[in-house]
Amino acid sequence: MELLIDQSAVAQYEQHLAILQGAASFQSLAYIAAALLFILALAGLSKQKGARNGNFAGIAGMAIALIATIAIVMVTSMEPELVGIDAASGGSASGFAITSTGLWIAFLLIVVALAIGAAIGIFKAKHVKMTEMPELVAMLHSFVGAAAVLVGFCSFLTDPGAEGVENAWHIGEVGLAVFIGAVTLTGSVVAYLKLSAKISGRPLTLPGRNAINAAMVIVSIALIAWLINTRSVDAGLLPLCLLTVVSLVLGAHLVLAIGGGDMPVVVSMLNSYSGWAAAMAGFTLGNDLLIITGALVGSSGAYLSYIMCQGMNRSFVSVILGGFGGEGPATSGGGEERDYGDYTEATAEEVAQMLKDAKRVVIAPGYGMAVAQAQFPVADLTRRLMDAGVDVRFGIHPVAGRMPGHMNVLLAEAKVPYDNVFEMDEINDDFGDVDVVLVIGANDTVNPAAETEPDSPIAGMPVMHVWEAGKVIVFKRGMGNAGYAGVQNPLFFNENTDMLLGDAKASTDAILSAL
Amino acid sequence: MRIGIPKEAAEDQTRVAATPDTAKKLTRLGYEVCIESGAGDLATYFDEQYAEAGIPIVDAKEAWGCDIVIALDPPAPWQLDLMRKDAVLVSRLNPGIHPDLVQDLSGRGLTAISMDAVPRISRAQSIDARSSMTNLSGYRAVIEAAEALGRSFGGQMTAAGKIPPSRVYVIGVGVAGLSAIGTASSMGADVYATDVRPEVYDQVESLGGTFVEIPVRQHSEDGYARAMTEEEAKLANEVYAEEAAKADVVITTAMVAGRTPPLLLDEDAIAHMKPGSVIVDLGASPEGGNTSLTEYNNVYTTANGVTIIGYTNLPSRLAGQASQLYGQNIVNFFKLATPDKDGRLVLDEDDEIIRGMTVTLDGAIMWPPPPVKVSAQQVPAKPQGAPTGDVTAQDIAADELPGWRKWWWKVAAVLLSALLVLFAPAGMQPHFIVFALAVVVGFYVITGVSHSLHTPLMSVTNAISGIIIVGAMLLVSSGNPVVVVLSFVAMVIASINIFGGFLVTHRMLSMFQRSSED
Repeated sequence: MELLIDQSAVAQYEQHLAILQGAASFQSLAYIAAALLFILALAGLSKQKGARNGNFAGIAGMAIALIATIAIVMVTSMEPELVGIDAASGGSASGFAITSTGLWIAFLLIVVALAIGAAIGIFKAKHVKMTEMPELVAMLHSFVGAAAVLVGFCSFLTDPGAEGVENAWHIGEVGLAVFIGAVTLTGSVVAYLKLSAKISGRPLTLPGRNAINAAMVIVSIALIAWLINTRSVDAGLLPLCLLTVVSLVLGAHLVLAIGGGDMPVVVSMLNSYSGWAAAMAGFTLGNDLLIITGALVGSSGAYLSYIMCQGMNRSFVSVILGGFGGEGPATSGGGEERDYGDYTEATAEEVAQMLKDAKRVVIAPGYGMAVAQAQFPVADLTRRLMDAGVDVRFGIHPVAGRMPGHMNVLLAEAKVPYDNVFEMDEINDDFGDVDVVLVIGANDTVNPAAETEPDSPIAGMPVMHVWEAGKVIVFKRGMGNAGYAGVQNPLFFNENTDMLLGDAKASTDAILSAL
Repeated sequence: MRIGIPKEAAEDQTRVAATPDTAKKLTRLGYEVCIESGAGDLATYFDEQYAEAGIPIVDAKEAWGCDIVIALDPPAPWQLDLMRKDAVLVSRLNPGIHPDLVQDLSGRGLTAISMDAVPRISRAQSIDARSSMTNLSGYRAVIEAAEALGRSFGGQMTAAGKIPPSRVYVIGVGVAGLSAIGTASSMGADVYATDVRPEVYDQVESLGGTFVEIPVRQHSEDGYARAMTEEEAKLANEVYAEEAAKADVVITTAMVAGRTPPLLLDEDAIAHMKPGSVIVDLGASPEGGNTSLTEYNNVYTTANGVTIIGYTNLPSRLAGQASQLYGQNIVNFFKLATPDKDGRLVLDEDDEIIRGMTVTLDGAIMWPPPPVKVSAQQVPAKPQGAPTGDVTAQDIAADELPGWRKWWWKVAAVLLSALLVLFAPAGMQPHFIVFALAVVVGFYVITGVSHSLHTPLMSVTNAISGIIIVGAMLLVSSGNPVVVVLSFVAMVIASINIFGGFLVTHRMLSMFQRSSED
């Protein structure tokens, strides 16, 4: 059969090429805009003033990126077919046709997926309690991880191993994307379970856990090497699946070994991982927007982890290797039973009287306030005292709570003005002038042993100098349980410290009614 | 066991060793408690109040005849005669300057616990009667001075002119000194204070006082100041005299445990003081006071009009509260010495607090106890700039690491990335550049983030990570059905992130409020 290509078809084809080229330029432009908007979003989020605008910048960037991508998908779905060349079509039609069914299916799939995701996402975001923010954040991390794994698989299936250096790199990136994605996925799921107390927060300390982790990393590298040397989907599927399983186990085991109080580091670390996973997925697809965004998220998460580690004066490695706080006071350094003397108790009425007489009050909240949901009565108390002319401030330790900034969000929810909330560094020198400090559900972050006992497990950790205040009231459920680090707190036995034992919420309510 | 509370014999002693409240607390430890009729009258705790608290009222003979007798002052011989041979006396005995009393107690076969010989350790603070009483003395000293001083403490601007604040100078910043500084500065006076221990600097400043340095340094190991050498004293006294000449009120609180009080202001120094100024000498004792003109338990006015108050019973001028505090010290002691709360006194001489307080044990002289060297209750303030002994475990670990272990991984990371870039196919280079730049931008953008925004920042980065949806979208149009399904799922979960992340961030940010709208 003779092939005839008529001139109009060629013109049409050239026109289509021009559209594709135009779409590519449009894509670049949109991606640059989106990337810049994402940078503005993060920059805006670093200060209270620009925070809301930052969020809107992020939304705008995301919208631009999505619209551009949908447009690109639509255009590239218009697979141009030179029917005349295609012998399989029987040559019945000569010329050039654009199939549009693929286009509409792709469009439909995208819209449906977005709709489902939006429905779930909006529902969750509207109904989550602020005390459950760490859980939500951990869950969202796991989604990014899962998506990275899926994208890695898809990328592998559409473009499996082949000859050539380029392809070896591509498959290597797929392997890395799946590896990081899977570690993020199970790591975040375990973190979610720990944070929501569905499993125990105690670290799982298997014998030789570091060797197990190292072995799993080495096996993963070997599997990626195997994967690179496969030349088809069938051959590559086995190593890829094995890699997925190994990295899933690795992620779970890593986080299982880390105790509940190190969760601020874990959550920000997983935030970082989810970024790197997205960046890796970007490499496999050669998509710069994904690379930029992933790198932004990855590095910002890493920086947050660094801040958290500084807050505990521990190295990142020691947190990641885990096991802290699980060995119990018996083996932790300086564990000999020390007699700190007797503690004194106060009643809610006495505390109310002290607060009434005080000029300056600082409240140091910790995870216990979140557990007891005491932020609302605490905020009420704050307002009552401020109305009575008492200067009330909040002092927040960087690692108070289970997530970076956890306490700030809780207090904001209870409508405590954020300019009454201070970081540890801002307030630490002022405790000498403070009449009463209320320590609500915090322990290690106010433990003077960190500064006075060099052999204490928390030695060197920056802590809030609450003991310098005239009077310290510690809200605590009971005297039995030590803090997360398993260290006794000599603060409780100071002469100027009174314990207010009981549920923090009930205690605060009692003070309120006594006022 | 039965505890008796006799009436104090000394004429100016208005306090009582147990109030109805603290007596009741003693019964809760399992003791039977009785009180001599009228013991609390001067402290305004009357017999009816004790009776109401369930404490029987007895006569002197019965009170002194109990298994345990608690008192404030060392008993007179006739009172000791009333005590049983195996009885326990708990009182302030000041054994250091009363060796005869110690001999006497020993000769009678008594067990004597001294409430003013409590070791200066944190655990013992709640028992230390010296702390609780001198705290009140410090307060009362200011009140006495204010009464004797013919002018107001605080400064004022009035229509009729300006009243400058009075200048108060406190020598010796112990418990009494601190209490005096706090009281005087809250009354509006300009307060200056001196101590041989430079570490009290912060405490003085924190109470609103100004620390005046003296060229003598002491480091205290037991929490109390020790006696100075002659040369040191001379140097210090020059400073005292100079400051006293400027002051309207001088409060001297120098007491060295178990010794006669040191002389801080001599006649010459007092002669140079302003007419009408007041000295309150808390160091006054029968053996002498902190000034050469102090009259024990009396007020003396010098020729140049300086009033010197030598009262030693200042806590007794706050009898009710002083009794309550002393009574609580007693209760805290019994808490320690009654481990089973069964009304049985157990004197565990291995306990350094009880050992320190025991003067005689069944007639055997236990005084003086072996020295207790402990951290004072407060960690000395770190001198600025100077290295301190507080080296943390981490510091040590960091110092021990050989240099290469600190940076080998950085070199390895650089080498690895260099190799990656060198061996990567040509098309990859731009991606690496973009990646590296984005990492750096990410770090810089985040560095200034305020702590309060960490959570919103994380949730917004969560939303942004949802950009991975772009990858899934680009793959969804491939013909492979498995890929379509997988990328569809990826799109769903990534869009949960996008919508959920942005929305929850918005929710959080709209909760943050300033206290002042602007």
